[in-house]
Amino acid sequence: MDLSLFTRKSEYEWEIAPHGAMRVPAVIYASEQLIRDMDQKVYEQACNVAQLPGIVKASYAMPDAHWGYGFPIGGVAAFDPDEGGVISAGGVGYDVSCGVRCLHTGLTPDDILPVQKALADNLYRKIPAGVGSTGAIRLSHDEMDAMLTGGARWAVAQGYGTAADLERIEEHGQMQHAKPADVSERAKKRQRDEMGTLGSGNHYLEVQKVAQIHDARIAAAFGLRENDVVVSIHCGSRGLGHQIGTEFLKKMAIAAGGYGIQLPDRELACAPINSDVGQEYLGAMRAAINCALANRQILTHLTREAFAQIVPKTRLSLLYDVSHNTCKVEEHAVDGKPRKLYVHRKGATRAFGPGHPDIPEALRAAGQPVLIGGSMGTASYVLAGTKESETHAFSSACHGAGRAMSRHQAFKTWKGRQVIDELAARGILIKSPSSRGVAEEAPGAYKDVSAVVNAADRAGLARTVARLEPLICIKG
Amino acid sequence: MTAHWEHFPHEADVGVRGIGATPEQAFEQAALAMTAVIADPATITPTQAVAIEAEAPDMELLLVDWLNALVYEMATRKLLFSRFEVHIDGQVLRGRAWGEPADAAKHQPAVEVKGATYTALRVAQNPDGEWVAQCVVDV
Repeated sequence: MDLSLFTRKSEYEWEIAPHGAMRVPAVIYASEQLIRDMDQKVYEQACNVAQLPGIVKASYAMPDAHWGYGFPIGGVAAFDPDEGGVISAGGVGYDVSCGVRCLHTGLTPDDILPVQKALADNLYRKIPAGVGSTGAIRLSHDEMDAMLTGGARWAVAQGYGTAADLERIEEHGQMQHAKPADVSERAKKRQRDEMGTLGSGNHYLEVQKVAQIHDARIAAAFGLRENDVVVSIHCGSRGLGHQIGTEFLKKMAIAAGGYGIQLPDRELACAPINSDVGQEYLGAMRAAINCALANRQILTHLTREAFAQIVPKTRLSLLYDVSHNTCKVEEHAVDGKPRKLYVHRKGATRAFGPGHPDIPEALRAAGQPVLIGGSMGTASYVLAGTKESETHAFSSACHGAGRAMSRHQAFKTWKGRQVIDELAARGILIKSPSSRGVAEEAPGAYKDVSAVVNAADRAGLARTVARLEPLICIKG
Repeated sequence: MTAHWEHFPHEADVGVRGIGATPEQAFEQAALAMTAVIADPATITPTQAVAIEAEAPDMELLLVDWLNALVYEMATRKLLFSRFEVHIDGQVLRGRAWGEPADAAKHQPAVEVKGATYTALRVAQNPDGEWVAQCVVDV
């Protein structure tokens, strides 16, 4: 983008002054290089979000921001219901509560490498991945509603995991005020056989090693040491969340006019928080959050089973579970006064600083773990929320690398077999049902995640704790 | 002009575009373009048919509804489609899609479509008379 469009507030903070119908400024956190490379659409979309009723402080974009649906992916915006604030299905995204979960294994690469292939094969056998894959669980109508109300807590009650897992999940594993009655029968039908499935696209399960510790004190609090092996799972609310996103986008696009909301872009479809459509979406979206939490919990159980058969007595315990497509009610200080706001994070991770009551007690002094997904061949990162982050974008940080190249271009550039062989030569085993899927997800099609993480750290959004590198990747 | 489809780039996802002599043809081709995001349409044998209905207040929302109805049928019936027929009467679309059960070995599906979006959404007649129906699909 053209740097002259911005006022540079600090080395990593770029502001767009309100103009036209903008109610507040737009702010992008990024390095100069990331801003130069960023799509012009991020500018347009961040400015469009700034026009929505009831927006508080500013419309924000994270260092990994790219062209999204109404909101930029990497967008953060908070709304006050008492000032006509809105809720937007596009501001949450189609994959409601998509997120990342990270598990300790207590193992080192020396334990894994002799059985690397057997473990990869067994994980691939156990974890349903890819287009059209189904899970072993079939939920009745009542069980579906119980799952949508109970989230990971429901999954644990069904025998998938332990109560100790729940403390390491946002919302303690269960999003409150979910309303299964606001979820359509079509959305429920789409989810019928998709519980405990990974999905496709950029979703994955990886066995990783801690390649580098950046902050020894916080890493110790998180239980991470160099050369530890961890498992990261990236997936969301599957068909149910996608269907809810689709249905409410249409509902809100049609209803917005009736609420007197002028949409700068149809995709920004939204409704006042205090309206029938707004409340209905909140109930359904919270149910979808529970679906995602239950799904990642079941996948965790399957992962434990797969490990136990290859490396007996391994104990997989949860480091943390974050969601990066949500809208949540949170208290934030605005001009020194605490206010209850509806914070949308579309491709952005919550990053509460040390001492926040919503962080599990064992981690509270260190700050909330922020889990950043990478691509198959590069790295993932663990960061921690900072006190300073509260003064920026309502305690939010980035969520991943973001694509640098379209799927079509990636498919023309690489062959799946070639990507798998190249990564195998580097000691990374890839298992996937789709050769074309692997080509489209080639590591070279993604931006440099390290540059994104470095910018988030330098901007004060979160602090870099550890760098994780893959050993095995199960790709949907 | 022969009805045809193409993809157009979106940073994270894919744009689908159908082009034809009528809006119906453009809608049919857009559906074929969406299938091609998932798998090569030539590998999908049209052995069984599914009836599709969609309704929306304007042509653009109708395109998204049509594509999303197909996404729903693919997801719940575990089918892939390679042939489409569309009739539009005012706000109502009645169509049929032919395909077969998804088979990982036969179709090598790359990615599932989560939903059709309003991004780069356009249904319009070009000055040369051909109809274009397009939007970005989230994968």
